[in-house]
Amino acid sequence: MYDLAALYEANSVAEAVSLRLAHPEAQILAGGTDVFVQMREGKRAGKALISIYGIDALRGVTLEEDGTIRIGSLTSFSHITKDPIIQKYINVLGQAVDMVGGPQIRNAGTIGGNTCNGVTSADSASTLFAWDAIVELTGSSGVRRLPIQDFYIKAGVVDIRPDEIQTAILIPKAAYEGYFGHYIKYAMREAMDIATTGCSVNVKLSEDKKAIEDVRIAYGVAGPIPMRAGTAEALAKGQAVSAETISSFAKAVLEDIHPRDSWRASKAFREHIAVELARRCLTQSILLAGGAL
Amino acid sequence: MAQFKEIHCTINGKSVTTVVDVRASLTDMLRNDFRLTSVKKGCEVGECGACNVIIDGECFNSCLYLAAWADGKEIRTLEGLLGPNGELSDIQQAFVDEAAIQCGFCTPGFIMTAVEILESGKRYSDEELRKLLSGHLCRCTGYENILRAVRKTMEKRLAAREN
Amino acid sequence: MSTSVGKPIARVDAFDKATGRAKYTDDLCDRSALIIKIVHSTVANGLVTEIDTSEAEKIPGVVKILTCFDVPNLPFPTAGHPWSTDPSHQDVADRLLLNRRVRYYGDDVAVVVAENEVAAAQAVRAVKVSYEEYPVILDVFDAMKEGATQLHEGFPGNILAHSGFRNGDYEKAIQEPGLIKVEGWYNTPTVQHCHIENHICFAQMEAGRVVVTSSTQIPHIIRRVVGQALGIPWGKVRIIKPYIGGGFGNKQDALYEPLCAWVCTQVGGRLVKLDCAREETFVSNRVRHAIRTHIISWVRPDGSFAARKIECYSNQGAYASHGHGVGAKGMNCFPQLYPCANVEGDCWTVYTNRPAAGAMRGYGIPQAMFAGESHIDDIAKALGIPPLEYRNRFVMHQGYVDGFSKNENYYDTFRQVLEKGEAVLEYQKKYQQYQNQTGPIRRGVGCAVFWYNTAVWPISLESSSCRMVLNQDGSIQVQTGETEIGQGCDTAYSQMAADAVGIPVSDVHIVSTQDTDITPFGLGAYASRQTYIGGFSIKQTGQLLKERILKYAQELTRMPVANLDLVDGKIVRVPDGRVLMSLGDLATEALYSMTHSEHITAESTYQIKSNAYSFGCSFAEVEVDIPMCKVKLLNMVNVHDCGKLINPALAEAQVHGGMSMAIGYGLSEELKFDPKTGKVLNNNLLDYKLSTFMDHPTLEARFVENPEPTSPYGTKALGEPPACSGAPAIRNAIFQATGVAIDQCPITPHVLFAAFQEAGLFEEVCK
Repeated sequence: MYDLAALYEANSVAEAVSLRLAHPEAQILAGGTDVFVQMREGKRAGKALISIYGIDALRGVTLEEDGTIRIGSLTSFSHITKDPIIQKYINVLGQAVDMVGGPQIRNAGTIGGNTCNGVTSADSASTLFAWDAIVELTGSSGVRRLPIQDFYIKAGVVDIRPDEIQTAILIPKAAYEGYFGHYIKYAMREAMDIATTGCSVNVKLSEDKKAIEDVRIAYGVAGPIPMRAGTAEALAKGQAVSAETISSFAKAVLEDIHPRDSWRASKAFREHIAVELARRCLTQSILLAGGAL
Repeated sequence: MAQFKEIHCTINGKSVTTVVDVRASLTDMLRNDFRLTSVKKGCEVGECGACNVIIDGECFNSCLYLAAWADGKEIRTLEGLLGPNGELSDIQQAFVDEAAIQCGFCTPGFIMTAVEILESGKRYSDEELRKLLSGHLCRCTGYENILRAVRKTMEKRLAAREN
Repeated sequence: MSTSVGKPIARVDAFDKATGRAKYTDDLCDRSALIIKIVHSTVANGLVTEIDTSEAEKIPGVVKILTCFDVPNLPFPTAGHPWSTDPSHQDVADRLLLNRRVRYYGDDVAVVVAENEVAAAQAVRAVKVSYEEYPVILDVFDAMKEGATQLHEGFPGNILAHSGFRNGDYEKAIQEPGLIKVEGWYNTPTVQHCHIENHICFAQMEAGRVVVTSSTQIPHIIRRVVGQALGIPWGKVRIIKPYIGGGFGNKQDALYEPLCAWVCTQVGGRLVKLDCAREETFVSNRVRHAIRTHIISWVRPDGSFAARKIECYSNQGAYASHGHGVGAKGMNCFPQLYPCANVEGDCWTVYTNRPAAGAMRGYGIPQAMFAGESHIDDIAKALGIPPLEYRNRFVMHQGYVDGFSKNENYYDTFRQVLEKGEAVLEYQKKYQQYQNQTGPIRRGVGCAVFWYNTAVWPISLESSSCRMVLNQDGSIQVQTGETEIGQGCDTAYSQMAADAVGIPVSDVHIVSTQDTDITPFGLGAYASRQTYIGGFSIKQTGQLLKERILKYAQELTRMPVANLDLVDGKIVRVPDGRVLMSLGDLATEALYSMTHSEHITAESTYQIKSNAYSFGCSFAEVEVDIPMCKVKLLNMVNVHDCGKLINPALAEAQVHGGMSMAIGYGLSEELKFDPKTGKVLNNNLLDYKLSTFMDHPTLEARFVENPEPTSPYGTKALGEPPACSGAPAIRNAIFQATGVAIDQCPITPHVLFAAFQEAGLFEEVCK
């Protein structure tokens, strides 16, 4: 038995929006893998819930006409991993969300819930940051789209207005075409764990595969919210594909990240691992992109 | 104020209608209202897998699933695996034969995940099987004989299909 | 004559467990039960000054709130030990049902009884408790400091107990010229059992008695403790133990049965249920003692010991529970495992503000083996002798007899198990191959041995009782007080009983449930004793039953008893082997005879005054990713000599489970505490890292079957032994791979990060 005050169930986006307006105190509920846990801890005990889990229209991955990949917010992690569009264009996202918890959690958990939580350790978040994802929110006045970096405000807080729900995550064609990426989740065990640090990198190489035309790197748990490491990106952009480039890129991430000491891991440990992850993720991304090292 | 919802769903092949307290988890509903006590409570936060059931073909921790969401769903628990004359299904028999059961508390959840794996009709490597089974914790078996039981049943089914 | 013992038959409970029919405590509890939830203290060391329940009482559905100001002032012991009629040997009685003087973050200060769990949880949050706070003490050395707050009256320095031994003359022996001194401090963590079924019990009053159904390993002991805690005659308590979802020692303690029983008496005997949440299991049940161990060895250049010394500081946590027994057992194995003429030992068991430590699979030996076997590799390294060779030369030899327990090492077991393990892992080959590696990713192999005593004689009582009842069809019911907790003793007992009586195992119906009103007195499941101890009374009772059957057969067949035998469920005339009648026909006649009707049964108690050494070893192979501070366990082998295997399939499965626990102990499991508040930070299965399906290599279990001469079935301990030597084997493999000796477990990435940094390994490999 969950200690919930009331349950409001939405079966369409319009219904969800009106429930949001009617019950401003209520918490949005998607797959429940985090909300129910918090409720049990007492954190959200006694709250009313607006369940949007029944909105089937928000499930699935589609390719829009302009090549944008559209991931419905209620698409479960396991469906993202198995989706042919994801596998073809941004397989790394499927791989990243395949590291969330265990199979049951991946069947229940949704990409919308994972991002709306606003937690830095979300396995999807660093990859979405690294792929310049766009968050789509729908409210009473229509659809609002914003870059994922702007969606995250601070730890646990994202930019959702009182009448909105998140309806999709979009990856524009320009963000993925020609890019190859790799994600490493660093955790204490191989399953059923949260990331101590997660790193997602993708690169676009020059036609001759000798130079890095573009590179993007994002972290989870390197700060209060997921983040990009701009200094490292700028440093490697346009450089030759080489061990030296990778090494200086990896070291440069320390300019941007600011993990903290917590009982789960020390700052020094997280920094050390972050550098090593940057090195390994970039190396792997270059290899995937056809580069030679 | 208590709030209730009438739901219609299929449980182990049988169509049922029931009224649930909206605060109930699917674990609560299956255990209390339908006495399907193979669905075990080990953590109630989705970390142990003991309450695992199959909903519309996919495995879920029923502790993190609202009973209210079961409306329109097809739910399967371990109780549904037994044949009409009480015969064990192949995967249950394999758990028995491979000594994959000790205290037995994680067993129902594991077997239901194995059912989903086996029904995919695919051949998996040991590494893949470990990953597919990794949503369950077991403190007795070291997982070793559970892996043997699932692998053996998978191979048997695949061989039967190929012949 | 076919026998059942030694065959890998399927578990007798496998069908019920594979179908979900096996009933565990919660499955048996009526839905009408009132729900008990506990208010736990939010300070680790202090005194409750006031409890305000006014808001909580207003919550609809709340039936009653009881606090530490309401409980009887009857301190009681909780350890699942046999009671001693000698007061000096009784367990320390240091807790009340609810405690005003709180001693750990999570102590029990009040309970809410409510009609449903939501109301109960809300009320728990609404109860306001005020405290007078004292400094938090988490470490044994802080607790022993002068001026430290005393947790219990009568235990100065917070020392629950101290014991030691002095063999030979240590001080004189270390004067020998040319000795090499090897010294180390080894630390082990506070860990939890993590059985998948949390502790749960429910109680109601029937016929003026309180009946408690509980997930416990020790129903008869619980009856006594409930009686003591409530101050009622023990016969007024009835305990029922159905199938349980694992125990591993946590449930070898009176957990919440006394509180549940007492609350029941406070609500008019109505049915009440106390179901521990996982978070409570981690904090407010029992844990394994964290032990700091200091070892000094003075060795000659040839490796032989001149003198040795061990000091153990065992972190008891807030309450005595199993107390000093755990640390002392670990210390006492030290002089036996590698015998040395001049050896000293001391063990202090110290109260702190951690959760109460009790029994956990291995009972002090996993800690002792981590320290002792890590130290052996440190010695081997200091002397330049390969660690396996060192062990083969100096570990206990055949013929060794322990003066106290009178245990004898009848075979050259250690060399046999080491040889077998070496072969399975290909240790020697790999050991050579992995010498002198460079580069960021390195491999290593390691090994470790263990020592384990079966059962608790001569420290405590060892006895077992068994009842056998013959049915009309020639089948029998078998009952013992020793309990099935997942380890498979119901199956082993069925096999033993079949052979003892002379019937097929399919004709043995083991009664799995223990009910103190019905089951013969027995002490329960602990100390890896069941198969060994149960064997005595099963054999004796089986023979008794058989005698009675043959005596009745004499009447029916007019043959002398001396010429009769019971074989495979048939009465056989021995001289010519002729089958005279089936046991079924005999049993039917015996029950329904108009001339001599007799219900043939047998029941007997066997007091055991022996014990048996159980030995074995672990081999591990690891790959260490230095920059990532990660260890991947590539291979692991355990070899055990637990005597003759009663059921090889179940024995193998038992070893797998213990190895898994050892892997967690070595690499990932520990309870973490907030140093300021003493609060456990990782009281859930996400943050407490017990190993998952993906964290294991293939687990290899092997056996050397030297029959134990003191056992009627040639068997001895296997329940706990598999958890004893894995962690140091992994530690020693990491040592070979990296050259870095880690003196604490679990060896997590955090530990490796600090150690590699100190050793300068990152500069070497991360360019």
